[in-house]
Amino acid sequence: MELIWEGTTEAIRLLLSANPQVLEIAVLSLELSGLATLVALVFGVPMGALLAFRVFPGRRFTVSLINTGMGVPPVVVGLFVSIILWRSGPLGFLELLYTPGAIVLAQFIIAFPVVTGLTMAAMQQIDPKLLLQLKGIGASRPQLMAVLLWEARLPMLAAVIAGFGAVISEVGAVMMVGGNILGQTRVLTTATVLETRKGNFEVAIALSLILLALTFLITWLLTVFQQRTTVR
Amino acid sequence: MGSLVVLVCLLFSGGCGDGGGAAGGPERRDIILATTTSTQDSGLLDDLLPIFEERTGYRVKTIAVGTGEALAMGRRGDADVLLAHAPRREKEVVAEGYAVHRRIVMHNDFLIAGPPEDPAGVGGLGNGVEAVRRIAEAGARFVSRGDDSGTHIKERNLWTEAAIEPHESWYVSTGQGMGATLIIAGEMRAYILADRGTFLALRDRIGLVPLVEGDPRFLNIYSIMEVNPDRFPRVNHAGAVAFSEFLLSEEIQRVIGEFGVERFGQPLFYPDAGSDEESLGQGTGRGEGA
Repeated sequence: MELIWEGTTEAIRLLLSANPQVLEIAVLSLELSGLATLVALVFGVPMGALLAFRVFPGRRFTVSLINTGMGVPPVVVGLFVSIILWRSGPLGFLELLYTPGAIVLAQFIIAFPVVTGLTMAAMQQIDPKLLLQLKGIGASRPQLMAVLLWEARLPMLAAVIAGFGAVISEVGAVMMVGGNILGQTRVLTTATVLETRKGNFEVAIALSLILLALTFLITWLLTVFQQRTTVR
Repeated sequence: MGSLVVLVCLLFSGGCGDGGGAAGGPERRDIILATTTSTQDSGLLDDLLPIFEERTGYRVKTIAVGTGEALAMGRRGDADVLLAHAPRREKEVVAEGYAVHRRIVMHNDFLIAGPPEDPAGVGGLGNGVEAVRRIAEAGARFVSRGDDSGTHIKERNLWTEAAIEPHESWYVSTGQGMGATLIIAGEMRAYILADRGTFLALRDRIGLVPLVEGDPRFLNIYSIMEVNPDRFPRVNHAGAVAFSEFLLSEEIQRVIGEFGVERFGQPLFYPDAGSDEESLGQGTGRGEGA
C-alpha cells in the first residue's frame, strides 16, 4: 500500500517538475499512437464503408479476416513486423526497425481492423432507405459518403476511441519493433516495463498513472464531443 | 493488406530515418547495439551512451536482450555491434565469421543470492556446484532466467557439472531479464544466480542476500565485437568500430570502474581493456559454457 502511495506522490512530483524525460516519453506515446490511429482511420473508414455497402467476391472472407484482426494478439503483430523489418528481412532495406516508424506501422496494423470492423458495423446500422432516398435525389458519391459518415458519427467515434485505446496501451509489439530506445522509441508502456525491471517501482507507478490519466483525458474529450452531438 | 503495409512503410521511412544527420556528423548516424539486459538494468549504459552520442554524433539504438538473442541478432546481421557475456558462444560467432574483432571490455562476477534464512544451508560456500547440489537436495526453490542469456548458460553449467536435472517442483524458469527475474526470486524467497551488478542495483528492493561468492566459475566477462561487414554489407561498421573504441578508451574504462561506487559502495564492473581470459584467472574453456 505504501508503495502505491509513494508511486502516486512520485507521479505528481514528476508531472509538476515537468521532468523532461518523462514529458518526452509521454508526448512520444501520444504522437505515435495518435498518428497510428489517424492512418488507421484514413484506410479503415473507406474499407469499412466498402465492406458495408458493396457486394463483391471474397467479401465475406475479407469480413472474417477483419473480425479476426480485431482480436489478433499484438505480440503476433510485433513478431511478424520485426521479421519483415529485420535487415535480413524482405523490407530490411528501409532500415525501419527500432524507429518510431516501426511502432506506428505495428500500431496501425493493430488499429486498422478495429477501425474497419467498427466502421462497417456503424454503416450497416444506417437505414437502407436513406441510401435509396439519397440516390433518388441524385446525390453524388462524395456527398453520399459525407452523409453516411455524419449519420454514423457516434459509432465512428467509438471506433476512434477503441483504436486509440488499443494502441496507446500496447506494450509487447511496441517493445519488439521499437526496442524501447531512450529518446527514440521509449513510450509510456515500455518505460513502465523497464522501470519495473530495474526495481524503480515508484517511477513505474508514476508512469502508469500518467498513462492512465492521458488515456482517460483523450477518451473523455472524445466522449464529450460524441455526446454533445447527440443531445440537442 | 500487403500493399497497405508497404505504403505505410514508405510514408514513414522518410520521416523516421536519420533526419538528415547532424552537421559534420557521421554519414550513418544510427548504430544498433545488441547487448544483455544486465548492462541496461544496472544503469551502466544510461551513463555511457550520452557521452558517446554527444562526442561522436552517432545515435545508439540499444536492444537489451539475453546474450543468446544478442548473438543471434549478430548472426543475422541485424545489429552492428555486440556486447555480450558468454565467451565460448562469442568465440563461435567470431569463428564462424559472423562477427570480428572480439575484445574484452570488463568483468564482474556472478553470485548465488537467496533468502537470509538460507533453507538449503549454502551460505559461505565458495563452490557453486556444491551450492546447487545442496539446493536440489533440500528441494529449495530456485529461480532461473530460462532465456538462453549469458547468466542462464552459466547457471545451466552448474547443474550439468553437479549432474542434476532440476525438477519443476522447486525450479522456476521465468524467461525474463535479470532485473525481472531477481524481483520474482525476491517475491518467492528463492535462490538465484545473478550478476553482481544487477543484484546490487536491486538488492534493497528484493530482500535477498549474497550467499555463495568467489567461485572461479563465477567470473563474468563482457566482450565487445563488431558484426562482420564483409558478410553483412548493410551494417554500420564505422559506427560499430567507433563504439568499441569508445568503450575501450582509457577514459571510459575509468568511468566503468567508477560506476556504482557512489551508490553501492563498490564498483559494479571492473574495466579490462587489453586483457585476455587467461590473465583474468580463467583457463580457456573453463566455466564458460561447457
